[in-house]
Amino acid sequence: MGDKTMTAEEVVSRLRSGMTLGIGGWGSRRKPMALVRALLRSEVTDLTVVSYGGPDVGMLAAAGRIRKLVAAFVTLDSIPLEPHYRAARERGAFELTEIDEAMFMWGLRAAANRLPFLPVRAGIGSDVMRVNPGLRTVTSPYDDQETFVAMPALRLDAALVHVNRADRLGNGQYLGPDPYFDDLFCEAADTAYLSCEQIVDTAELTKASGPQTLLVGRHVVTGVVEAPGGAHFTSCAPDYGRDEAFQKRYASTPWPEFAARCLAGDERDYRAAVEEDV
Amino acid sequence: MSDVTRAEYCVVACAEAWRDGGEILASPMGLIPAVGARLARLTFAPDLLLTDGEATIVRPDGTAEGWLPYRKHLELVTGGRRHVMMGASQIDRYGNQNISCIGDWAQPTRQLLGVRGAPVNTLNNPTSYWIPKHSRRVFVEKVDMVCGVGYDHAAGARHHRIPRVVSDLGVFDFATPDHAMRLASLHPGVSVGQVREATGFDLVIPDEVPYTREPSEEELRLIREVLDPGTARAREVAA
Repeated sequence: MGDKTMTAEEVVSRLRSGMTLGIGGWGSRRKPMALVRALLRSEVTDLTVVSYGGPDVGMLAAAGRIRKLVAAFVTLDSIPLEPHYRAARERGAFELTEIDEAMFMWGLRAAANRLPFLPVRAGIGSDVMRVNPGLRTVTSPYDDQETFVAMPALRLDAALVHVNRADRLGNGQYLGPDPYFDDLFCEAADTAYLSCEQIVDTAELTKASGPQTLLVGRHVVTGVVEAPGGAHFTSCAPDYGRDEAFQKRYASTPWPEFAARCLAGDERDYRAAVEEDV
Repeated sequence: MSDVTRAEYCVVACAEAWRDGGEILASPMGLIPAVGARLARLTFAPDLLLTDGEATIVRPDGTAEGWLPYRKHLELVTGGRRHVMMGASQIDRYGNQNISCIGDWAQPTRQLLGVRGAPVNTLNNPTSYWIPKHSRRVFVEKVDMVCGVGYDHAAGARHHRIPRVVSDLGVFDFATPDHAMRLASLHPGVSVGQVREATGFDLVIPDEVPYTREPSEEELRLIREVLDPGTARAREVAA
């Protein structure tokens, strides 16, 4: 059992241009932003990004790193429409595979279960079928004969997720109310990188919380990064809520200016930029 | 009760969507549907389940009584034990709904949220809609992207049902032979002509159109003193 701790830069050094990258969290919640920031400081580009989209998608789209996005929505939650994502979409900056939230989950489940697809009662009759002409349907082999979408597996080259605690082996714990789909992202990926607020001893993980909080198992994790504030400015309940003031600043600042001020240096420079008065 | 505001009629019209729903989750999107769902839960639909907007199912006093993270929420949708009231950037005469984008999908003039869960919702659990500003921009001849599936696209899917559309002008349903949208009731103070003028397609209008029902004294008290004492509802629909 090896120590899997590494830095965000080491994680990014293992990513390659052209990869299919799954990003955990949901909207502007528990996004692995420290890893996304490290990715933005690298040269990695031409990515297929699979995400329940929030500012991770907005930033990568604004920086021109996305070739194709697989998503059901992109939102900042308290700001319903992600401005940088919108702008990129409206200038046709990348290809979009737009699917429903449930189709997305079934796609991850199929990948985690090494299935080529799973049938899902969603998509039929909607324009999801029109804008994804490659989607196939499947008819129930039983008496009901119902037709379903055969949602293809969303197999990922790499997954990035952020949780509250982890040990050095890659066991990840969430302490907030919602696991989102972070375990599925890791299980659907060939390699998975877990950032966390704090690395603790394995025994420490279950001192105050039950074993059901151990969301991500080490058998599906390649690397662990200790990244306090690693979800900032998205929420990471119960450690911290969303930084609404900073999110507003992100949403209202032209991208080149935001990137120059907040993403030019390392994580320490980022924290300093966060503290600055606007 | 001449002092009932338009927003309060809207609350009651939304609440009515969950009447006789049974032990299901009421999923309101938007402030007035949220007040309506809680009003229904406190009065004529006491079995309803409500969430805190995150992952907890809560009783009206805030007591937690269940856990509903997104993954279980999706399971509940596909199990059918839910009635959602969604928003719509566009809706057409057969109830097709769009929240994805305006213009050509390939390169939209306005990118909106994305399809979200509208495709899965409309094939699995009853889906109603709430539109706070009834206009020709929203009630369109044809939506730019079918997210929520309307009756003409549903091909009789076994669990497809759109019980009602509530706007600031009235209540609409699809109780016509071909499931075209019909004016079911007008909020007091609104005329048929006003609704026609604000709708971008030919609405089915019965000879006799009733008014949306009045709230009871107790319902008004709950809305004003318990559920929305700060009158946030007036910001969604002006009096």
